[in-house]
Parts: sequence; C-alpha cells; structure tokens
Amino acid sequence: MTNVSENVQSVKKLEADERKKAKRKARAKWWKSIWQNWELYVLISPVIIYFIVFHYFPLYGLQIAFKDFIASKGILGSPWVGFKHFERFFDSYYFWRLIKNTVGIGVFTLAVSFPIPIIIALMLNEVKSLRYKKFVQTVIYAPHFLSTVVVVGMLLLFLKTDGLINQAVRLFGGTPIDFISEPGWFKSLYVFSDVWQTMGWSSIIYIAALAAVDPAQHEAAMIDGASRFQRIIHINIPAIMPTIVILFILNAGSVMAVGFEKVYLMQNQLNMSASDVISTFVYRSGILEAQYSFSAAVGLFNSIINFIMLIMVNQIAKKVNETSLW
Amino acid sequence: MRESKTDRAFIFFNYFFLTVIALLVIYPLVFVVSASLSNPQYVISGEMWLWPKEFTVDAYEKVFKNKDIIIGFMNTVKYTVVGTVLNVIMTILAAYPLSRRDFKGRGLIMAFIVFTIFFSGGLIPTYLLIKDLGMLNTFWVMIIPNAVAVWNIIIMRTFFQSIPHELQESAMIDGCSNFRILWNIVLPLSFPVIAVMVLFYAVGHWNSYFQALIYLQDQEKFPLQLILRQILIQGQMDDMIQTTGESFLAQQLSVEGLKYAVLIVANLPMLMLYPFLQRYFVKGVMIGSLKG
Repeated sequence: MTNVSENVQSVKKLEADERKKAKRKARAKWWKSIWQNWELYVLISPVIIYFIVFHYFPLYGLQIAFKDFIASKGILGSPWVGFKHFERFFDSYYFWRLIKNTVGIGVFTLAVSFPIPIIIALMLNEVKSLRYKKFVQTVIYAPHFLSTVVVVGMLLLFLKTDGLINQAVRLFGGTPIDFISEPGWFKSLYVFSDVWQTMGWSSIIYIAALAAVDPAQHEAAMIDGASRFQRIIHINIPAIMPTIVILFILNAGSVMAVGFEKVYLMQNQLNMSASDVISTFVYRSGILEAQYSFSAAVGLFNSIINFIMLIMVNQIAKKVNETSLW
Repeated sequence: MRESKTDRAFIFFNYFFLTVIALLVIYPLVFVVSASLSNPQYVISGEMWLWPKEFTVDAYEKVFKNKDIIIGFMNTVKYTVVGTVLNVIMTILAAYPLSRRDFKGRGLIMAFIVFTIFFSGGLIPTYLLIKDLGMLNTFWVMIIPNAVAVWNIIIMRTFFQSIPHELQESAMIDGCSNFRILWNIVLPLSFPVIAVMVLFYAVGHWNSYFQALIYLQDQEKFPLQLILRQILIQGQMDDMIQTTGESFLAQQLSVEGLKYAVLIVANLPMLMLYPFLQRYFVKGVMIGSLKG
C-alpha cells in the first residue's frame, strides 16, 4: 500500500515539475514575443496615454460629484459630502421637468426616427431601376453632412413668422404660428428635423443587410405565388431582424442621452419649459455658473440611468429575440 | 414572370412615396440656394419659392467682405487640417498593433479602449481637466481632447485584419522590423480605409461647434460654426449692418439674404466633396457594420 501511494506521490511530483517547467517555458515564450514586438507597444503607447489622460482621468475626477469641489484644494483635497448634490437635484423643482423633457424627446425620437430608415431601406430594395435608386440615395444621404448649426439655422429661417412655412400657412388662409417660441412645438420640430437629417443615412446599414438576402428564397416564394408585399413581410424583414434588434438596443439604451448640441441651439427663453433637458442643464449650471460638483452629480446620474437602460433593453432583447449585444 | 395587379399597384406606390421623400429632403436645400441668389425682397414676400428671382450675388459679396466670417473660415480650415492629420495618425497607431494576432495583451488593451464608450467622466470633470492642463482658449483644445475616436479604431482594425497574413509573415521571416512592415506593406494597401478615416474625421471637425463653445473665449479663435451660430441663431449682425451704410429697411433685407448665403458658404467644402464623401462614407459604414 505504501508503495502505491509513494508511487502516486512521485508521479504527482513529476507532473507538477513538468507543469512548472511548461509554465516557465510559456512565460519565457510570452516575454520573448513581447520583446519581439516591442515596436508595437511603442506604436500604441501614445494612444494609451491619450485614453488615460482624457478618458480615465475624468472618470477619477467624477468623485467631485460626492464632494464640495474647491478649485484651490483640488479634487483630492476637497471635502466629502456624500449624496448632498444628488439630493439637491432630486428635490429641486426643475427635476421632474428635466426628466419629463429628456425622456419625452428621447422616446419621441426613438418612436419616429427609428422605424423610418427601415421602411425606406425596404422600399429602396424594391426599386428595380438602378439609376433611380442611386438618385434617391444621393439625395437623402446629403443632409447627413450638414452641421447641427446649419440645420437649426435653416429651421429657424423657415419657421419664422414671415418664413417659408408661415407664408404657406397664410396662403391657405391660416394665421401664422410662432413655431420657435411655442413650447408645444418644440419636440415635434426637434424630432422631425432629426428625421429629415438622418433618415437616409441611417437606412444604409439596413440596405446593406438586405443586399445579403438570398435571391433563391424570393424565387421560391414567387413560384408559390407570394406577392411582393408578402415577400417583404416574410423574407426581407426576418432577414434584417438581427440588425434591427441590435440597433434598437443601442438606440433605446441612449433614450435618456438626448444630445446637447441641437437642443441647445433650438432653445430660447420662451420654449424653455419644453426644451430644457439634462445635458443643457448640466452645461448651464456647470460651465456657465461654475457649480462643478452639483452638475457633475447631475451628469453622473444621467450616465447611470443610460447604462441601466442599455443593460435592461439588452436583457429584454435576449429573452424575446435571442439577439443581443453581449 | 408577370407581375400581378397588386404587385403593380405596390410598385407604383413604392415609386410614388420614394419620390415624395426625395422631394421633401431636397426642397429645403434648393430653397436655400435660390434664396441666397435672389433679391431678398422676394424671399421675404414669399414670391420666391423655387428658382432665384432677380438673380444677384450681392449676399455673397457681403459674406466675403465680412471679417468675422473669413477669420472663422480660416480657423475652421486650420482645425480641420491639423486635427484630421493627428486623428488619422493616432487611429493607425492604435489599430495596427490591435490587428496583430501575435500582439500580446491586445484583448486587454481593446477592452481598456472600448470601456470608454460606456463610461465617461462627462462634461464637468473633462472641463476641469482641460482647465487644469491650461488648455482653455488655446488652439490645441480644438485638436487634442478629440485625438482619436474608438469607433474609427475598430473600423481600421477590422480593415487591417482583412489584409492577408502571409504578406506580413513572409516579411517578418525576411527580418523586416514591425515599423517597416507597417510602413512598407500595410499602409500602401490601406488607402481606401485611410480615405474613409480622413473624411470621417474631417467632416466631424468641420461641423463641430460644441468643443469651441465650451473651451474657447476669444472671437479670433472661433471656428466658422460658432460665427454661424451668432449670425443665424443669435441674430448678431450689428457690425455687418454698420458697414453697409444703407437705409434700415434695406439693411434688414440684406441681412436676410446674407443668412442664406452664409449657409451655402459654410457648406461649400462639404458640397464639393459630396461625391467622394458619399462613396467613401458608405464604404466606411459597411466596414464598420461587419464587426459592429
């Protein structure tokens, strides 16, 4: 018996030695391959330094959301105050207005801007004349290249009380509407100008997905007497469904991340009740009024909500559709 | 195969709606062009609605005489050129090592970079950092904080990975250094993706105003988009009106015409590049979507 166990032990020891050797060898190999490719590490080092300084350092700086930031004391030296700034934000009278506007614009955009590019891609896919297709694409992609300032500038020019739209309104006997300062119009103007600018460009990814559909499927369906519309419903839409789901997750995840750029440009004193969103609020209280800790807290609150949304939508998509980001 | 009746109706409506959509997109653009070339009087009265009425290039003359607009234009050109060069270099520096399968730690570095898409410090901590670095109101604040975009690194890495491995391996066996492989083998094959990157970044620089709004204070450093904002959105055109020396009504009119002309001038480079932009941008979206 002892013999056997001794044997077993010596075998185990041998194995362990072997493993150690292999490990050492692997480590040597690992170091060697790093040494061999040292140039690659040199190449990527400026990028890593950039990310550390401009992306990771601000993350570290986020702690001021829980502090009373005093510039002379720096980030580390400023005193901790816990959730004071968050509480102040939740208790403020504008809290619900900001949430309502941010969610409202986000959901409205998602509901309108998301499906339209899909419909356009499905329609373009049915066009046989290549020249006509090319023409439509060239036209509808163009606004993507306009800047936000230009798009909002055009919007204001068209919607002035004596602008193009109101002239048409007058022509049909209506009374001119002050679209720009009327809070009730803000969300629609924001969303529909967004559709105008992005619908073409956003359709590209679906057009690409549709190009990958096997024509044999369509031929088979045609022999069975399926109409064009039926083939769209039963062949094309299922084919691009994974793309739709992925993009929906990404879009739904950013419902609360309503961009600053366009809202800020469209904002004025009169439509503030409908146009003030979290990002413009952070800009005002942080950059203009220098309430750094408070606005950092508001910004952090917003990013946490965004992240939770992304994870939630991803989980739901996983359950329902078996497609997900991760 | 013959089209059935419902199919023919479907095709008809399909063409009809697509044409309506195209017209809705193109009409505002045509209107701006025509308005910039018309006597502003007809634009305000609504008589000009499609083609220029009483053709004139008056507004353009005023735009090109305006000092602020010219300075803004030149600033934007500078930011765009310098920024894009740095962007493309940084993107290559990141994407090439990450594309190499024998690059140890690439998963870790990739995660390190992609992480920043989901978690960022946000506006205020970034602003404080820029302030502490002494970059506020400098030329470089328009360039360095946006030195590279994660999404573009992914696109370029995907492209580099599609270059046949054997090419690089045989060069390595010949004793080629990694620098030389990148410079002599990989980059010459990467012209299409570099073109895509140049266009992506350049359009981004040309159109951005947010960076400038937050970090710049001096009017002489403002890019064109901020000047545009003053003219189109804030309605600040006092200095322009003063130089014209016309009656109040005439001034109001020329301001109106100028707004349309300045829209066109601001987009001129993009309009001229549009045929390339469209081709390469679509390509870029496709490369990106493969892995995305």
